[in-house]
Amino acid sequence: MSISFYFRVLVAVLASFALSVGAQEVTLLNVSYDVSRELYKDINPAFAAEWQAAKKGVITVNQSHGGSSKQALSVAAGLEADVVTMNQSPDIDILVERGGLVAADWKQRFPYEAAPYTSVTVFLVRKGNPKGIKDWADLARPGISVIVPNPKTSGNGRYTYLAAWGQALQKNGNDAARAKQFVAALFKNVPVLDGGGRGATTTFTQRGMGDALVTFENEAVLIAKEIGEDQFDVVYPPVTIEAAAPVAEVENVTKRRGTHAAAVAYLNFLFSGAGQDIIARHYFRPRDPAVLKKYAARFPAVRTFTVENALGGWANVQKTHFADGAIYDQITEQR
Amino acid sequence: MSIVKSAHAHRGNRFESNAATREAPWVKALIITLSLTFFALFLLMPLAAVFSEALRKGWDAYWAALKEPDALSSIKLTLITAGIALPLNLVFGVAAAWCVAKFEFRGKQLLTTLIDLPFSVSPVIAGLVFVLVFGTNQGWFGPLLQAYDLKIVFAVPGIVLATVFVTFPFIARELIPLMQAQGREEEEAAVVLGANGWQTFWRVTLPNIKWGLLYGVILCNARAMGEFGAVSVVSGHIRGMTNTMPLHVEILYNEYNFAAAFAVASLLALLALVTLAIKSWVEWKAEQTVTLEAENEFQNGTPS
Amino acid sequence: MSRQHNVLPGFNLALGYTLVYLSLMVLIPLAAVFIKASNLSFGEFWNVVSAPRVVASYKVSFGLSLVAAAINSVFGVLLAWALVRYSFPGRKLVDALVDLPFALPTAVAGIALTAIYAKNGWVGQILEPVGFQVAYTPWGILVALIFIGLPFVVRTVQPILEDLEMETEEAAASLGANRGQTIRRVVLPALLPALLTGFALAFARAVGEYGSVIFIAGNMPFVSEITPLMIITKLEQYDYVGATAVAAVMLVLSFILLLVINFLQAWSSGRVRKGR
Repeated sequence: MSISFYFRVLVAVLASFALSVGAQEVTLLNVSYDVSRELYKDINPAFAAEWQAAKKGVITVNQSHGGSSKQALSVAAGLEADVVTMNQSPDIDILVERGGLVAADWKQRFPYEAAPYTSVTVFLVRKGNPKGIKDWADLARPGISVIVPNPKTSGNGRYTYLAAWGQALQKNGNDAARAKQFVAALFKNVPVLDGGGRGATTTFTQRGMGDALVTFENEAVLIAKEIGEDQFDVVYPPVTIEAAAPVAEVENVTKRRGTHAAAVAYLNFLFSGAGQDIIARHYFRPRDPAVLKKYAARFPAVRTFTVENALGGWANVQKTHFADGAIYDQITEQR
Repeated sequence: MSIVKSAHAHRGNRFESNAATREAPWVKALIITLSLTFFALFLLMPLAAVFSEALRKGWDAYWAALKEPDALSSIKLTLITAGIALPLNLVFGVAAAWCVAKFEFRGKQLLTTLIDLPFSVSPVIAGLVFVLVFGTNQGWFGPLLQAYDLKIVFAVPGIVLATVFVTFPFIARELIPLMQAQGREEEEAAVVLGANGWQTFWRVTLPNIKWGLLYGVILCNARAMGEFGAVSVVSGHIRGMTNTMPLHVEILYNEYNFAAAFAVASLLALLALVTLAIKSWVEWKAEQTVTLEAENEFQNGTPS
Repeated sequence: MSRQHNVLPGFNLALGYTLVYLSLMVLIPLAAVFIKASNLSFGEFWNVVSAPRVVASYKVSFGLSLVAAAINSVFGVLLAWALVRYSFPGRKLVDALVDLPFALPTAVAGIALTAIYAKNGWVGQILEPVGFQVAYTPWGILVALIFIGLPFVVRTVQPILEDLEMETEEAAASLGANRGQTIRRVVLPALLPALLTGFALAFARAVGEYGSVIFIAGNMPFVSEITPLMIITKLEQYDYVGATAVAAVMLVLSFILLLVINFLQAWSSGRVRKGR
């Protein structure tokens, strides 16, 4: 029985191989986070066209999207990604720690610490902003209802939490106790903690919950455009967090599959003028100053801070805020 | 005979036309009202919601969503997965039900409980266990698989394994109470009369259990096609390659493509209607047999 | 009665096959959970699985699953009864649609239920003004668990109901029992083993459910966080070991509950057979 069973499995494996190897062309797998799908739908064909124009042959980039950390775990457990494009650097660091899939110096391999674009955390409010929500302090007011994805399961939620924390630190002269009080008050106003960014969006837009949704700029603008510009307004708080989206080559895989050159070319394309232009068109803030200038109207200037320059880096943040029993758990347990 | 017992096409009418087995009209009305209200509230409305969302942008958008290549490849993968998982669990279900229902042995409760266990395992864990066993980095067989360049998790075999796990108890669980209720007198009689094991099974047991078996297969299939959580963990979510229909639905939904997401979901909901067609056909077949047999028995003077 | 006196063949083959397949597909993979969790010392393990938030999630998951299974037992039997014993317009359609919760991906079910029971949904807009919020509260979890568990009860009770001999009930009636007595003394005891099985399955399924619940629950700590969410939460933080520790607790708890129910089931079916 067991033999016949494994035989079946083997057949299925071979079948899946036949499917993937059949065509004589280079394929890359880009394992990415949840909300980058629209972006890479445009990036991939543009890159393939450039690759072909350079007489390097036919290339197909396959996409896999999901929650950032979940995707990173899948890659660590054997999902054969040639490149990973995530929304927070811990999700790439884990690939360095677990089995050395990614080179330890991945941040130095590409410009701008290997992050081709950034986004900032903003508010989406109902049309006309009836509750007058302008700044972080307004979100913590009694009677305001705020939709935020679960910081425990979503990078988007984690950035929201850190944005609130960081700006509270700035306002209160780095007083962690006051910051904690503020963030606790804000999260008291959260009636639903959705699993991911897109779930929170649906709760806010389709189910009519909440006075404000806190999410990334690109998401907020996309929602306002896709779901109805007559229903929502985007509000930029005076200070907010800047989230860089890091990328890396999974060398362990590219070496074995012989796709090193293609993977590097693909990631370099993200930093090229053409790539940066596509990025900007999807409302992610490009790194290239020229492209940023071209689309300046889309990206209002805001004062920003990052996890690295204001909060002591990701390792510290993970330990003091999100680990079991750390500050985030403490404020939610007070409720 | 047994087949007569199994064919239930007109059972309702039989019970209702007999004063001794009929409830007061108000009781009947109450039961029907209660159960149908419950049905409407918990089953019909979600279904209606799925279809109303699916058709929000009209039939053209509906068809377009189903004809899209990624949707087609997800349908194909779902069919392959169910096609492998179903026969495996079918054979297991019959074997397990045979020993649990027809024999007494030590540890029987333990065995039945172990068979039930996959139901209570969170789908997330169901997926995770296969990553723990076959994953490259920490999995038990990871290094071995990588050495031979074999892929289990994040490829089709992993999806099949997770599906088998999740649907594991369905057929066994459908058959066990049924075969227990039937006892084993009929099989014993057959054996005493000289039938061998397979003959007994094919001629006596199978006709007796075929309704339960059919239910089991239908349920197992439905669940195999609809499984989301476990498959989501082992799939790798590669568009057009390792996405099953439920995963494709999730992707579309997360792309704010609500109409298309529900269009694909409605296809899975339609499974229930296919089920209806199959059941009606089998019922019709069974009735034919019953009528024939009843006539024969009547002529032979051996009423059942 | 012991096995030696059983004249039926095939026991060894059937049992052997069952055990091998069970081990291969279920037991060995599940063993991985326990082995992974055993990377923790007992003290660490206890700290993980007895954290107040995790304990609160056990209460939500197991408590609501029991309630949902109980509700499903009552209405599932009523529904199965109506389907088998009565004819009414649309009966076949209802019969077919009972399987819907199996076929519908749980995430779709969760989204559809949330859409219906949210404050701007079909049902939600009726309930909200009277101050009853379903979506994003534990009530929402209950709705989702009822949805996914219903077919288990209906589909285990239904075949038994179809197999019941009309003659038995006729005999009870001719011996002077009224309809209520017949159902209480004759029909229900015959259904009990199957009903217990259905209850156990609906319960077991509900305890582990993630996909549909997550959309409608609200996921507030201590109020509407289910145990599978705690596992996901730990995985998201790369805490495989902590995740498997909670998973191990869930497995053991549901195994014990299932075992108890299966003993009850065996006991009641033994009574039925003796009663015949």
